[in-house]
Amino acid sequence: MSVRVYTSSKSYRAGQFFGGLIVSLIIIAVASLLPLLPWYKLNPVLDFIGLHPWLNAFLKAFVVVNFVALHVLFLIWLERKFAGWMQARLGPKHVGWQGLGQTLADAIKLFLKEDIVPAKADRQLFAIAPFLSFMPTLLTFMVLPFSAAWIAYDYDLGALFVVAVSTNVALGVLAAGWGANNKYSILGGARAVAQLLSYEIPMVMMILAVVTLSDTMSMKQIVLRQAHMWNIVAYWPVMIPAFLIFLTCALAELNRTPFDLPEAESELVSGFHTEYSGMRFAFFYLAEFANNFFSAGFAVTLFFGGWYGPILPPVVWFTLKTLILICVMMWIRWTLPRLRIDQVMGFCWKVLVPISLVIYCITALIALK
Amino acid sequence: MPLTSTEISSPGMTINMGPQHPSTHGVLRLLVELDGEVVHSCRPVIGYLHRGLEKMFEARPYRQCIPFTDRLDYLAALNNNLAISQAVERVGNIAVPDRAQYIRVMLCEMNRIASHLVFIGTYATDIGATTVFLYAFRDREKMLDLLEMMTGARLTYNWIRPGGVPTDLPEGFEKAVRSVFEELKVTLDENNRLLTGNRIFRVRTEGIGVISKEHAIAWGATGPVIRGSGVPYDIRKIAPYEVYDRLDFDVPVFDQGDCMARYLVRIEEIRQSMRIVEQCFKDMPEGEIMTKMPKIFRPPAGQAYSRTESPRGELSFFMVSDGSLNPVRVHVRAPSFIHLSMLPDLLKGVKVADVIAILGSLDTVLGEVDR
Repeated sequence: MSVRVYTSSKSYRAGQFFGGLIVSLIIIAVASLLPLLPWYKLNPVLDFIGLHPWLNAFLKAFVVVNFVALHVLFLIWLERKFAGWMQARLGPKHVGWQGLGQTLADAIKLFLKEDIVPAKADRQLFAIAPFLSFMPTLLTFMVLPFSAAWIAYDYDLGALFVVAVSTNVALGVLAAGWGANNKYSILGGARAVAQLLSYEIPMVMMILAVVTLSDTMSMKQIVLRQAHMWNIVAYWPVMIPAFLIFLTCALAELNRTPFDLPEAESELVSGFHTEYSGMRFAFFYLAEFANNFFSAGFAVTLFFGGWYGPILPPVVWFTLKTLILICVMMWIRWTLPRLRIDQVMGFCWKVLVPISLVIYCITALIALK
Repeated sequence: MPLTSTEISSPGMTINMGPQHPSTHGVLRLLVELDGEVVHSCRPVIGYLHRGLEKMFEARPYRQCIPFTDRLDYLAALNNNLAISQAVERVGNIAVPDRAQYIRVMLCEMNRIASHLVFIGTYATDIGATTVFLYAFRDREKMLDLLEMMTGARLTYNWIRPGGVPTDLPEGFEKAVRSVFEELKVTLDENNRLLTGNRIFRVRTEGIGVISKEHAIAWGATGPVIRGSGVPYDIRKIAPYEVYDRLDFDVPVFDQGDCMARYLVRIEEIRQSMRIVEQCFKDMPEGEIMTKMPKIFRPPAGQAYSRTESPRGELSFFMVSDGSLNPVRVHVRAPSFIHLSMLPDLLKGVKVADVIAILGSLDTVLGEVDR
């Protein structure tokens, strides 16, 4: 008979913390260098292809899709690792170095799984819902400025485009909830739509505030205006609350704790994706994490000076800032409990909307001056 | 066919929560009728874990009943062992040595801590805070290690038996317990900072599932449920058994009667249990740990009722003997069963999310409900 006597775990915790810090720094560095590689080689090719509108469009779409897919692989691993560190455990460990290949293994497993459609489901709706949810997310990446040069399409109305397109995620979620013909799903879908549409309002207000200050809707121009000073620093009295509201709304849009009601595990099993399995389930995950990256990237664009930063190349700066924001979101996710649906809606309409209106008015006054 | 719009807007959407559901804590099935997000009515359906334990007791000699009680409230098996052992001792007029009583109380309190730690973890997960679950289970792991050191088992101990306990404390046990308690005190404070004061956790639990003092008494609630409603009802104080009357501890009582109050009662009970265990180490006399028992145990005809305070409430065994080898009738008064019967009244008009919050705060164990 023996017992493991747990001695004071201070040094253990310190080791865990610094080990984690070093690992995450290495990962962030590697991850931010990743997007650099193909682009340098492709540049001459790009110049050639750039002359052909169709090839050009195809190549950009190809790069965006692959970037999203690869980055999501990494982000899922990071999330699990992050959760592990926060919860005093190790996280994925066995597939590849520090479990880096775990997501890939999971993805392969999901590929090979049987694609089950419930007998009484609305087959078409059920089949199309994951893609309805993924497509808008993918589209938003089109206007995300990684640097002045690395933006798939510098649309004049970029910010408006993002708002218009990303709202459609709700459609996919509702379709999934409705199509599966499962009562948990329909509850999840209904919650998701109510929540996504409500939180869109303060979020758009905050985007509008930045747009008003920058005098442009182009994502690239918004960043260029911050060449000397980040928005959040230059206009800190309004922009700090604006960023906090934006972050809150982004969490709600992403269905992350404390706003993960549409997929609240302890109540609705898995909410709108209860019935999904295999690749279709993977697409929901893909959409969620791609959306996560985009939301963080959008926040960086609006408030944190986009790609601007010393020494390192712009793309690295952008990715680094985005990853830090993503880590903040993960930190919130693994710390907080979940709100109830009436509290979520009440918080939006009674707190966020009035505050965001006030902030917008003040911003407009600043812009007028 | 997909659902039509009339089916969805009608007040009668019935949801079957369980028996396979992440938050019903076992094989409980809740037939919940919903109007949108609001619960119209709820009917708990039990019996999925029914094993006929009370009947099985009748076909076993007294001492062979003990292993079954491990499977009642499997989160606090030692408390069940104690309850049935007491019933057997009362029916057979067996006196238990002092040292054995101290060891029993100590182990039961340690099991209470482990059980309440499971409650904290699962309740936090019910509310959505997944990290607390891991922290609570990490601490429970240490408690289980201690119990393993003592009894050799981690969940179904089969340890406390009529007449005393089979072995004395192992070497170095006190030191191990003290070091675990030192850490537990720190991590409890950590948990308080992370969860108890959390604004979201508070709005989810304060004022939810309120049980008034009168209702709690009328329903026959016991344990942390009734103490969360402002009634200082603790078997260890009102009808002391073993050595509880020689020990100094407080009974935490909160008046609000909501989920938060029940949660706080359990947190405070962990601290009190640690106090009790530390006193047991101090006061424990040297001596026998087991009464001499006959090889073939035939108690005189008669009946006995033993009341104990399990982590869930008043756990009692009623035992009837006719002088033969086996008991004639054994009845278990399981606190979880009585708390579960309060559920339909508690859940009327609450939101779906509150169903889980309220059910979790009652801390039922289905092994005990179904028996």
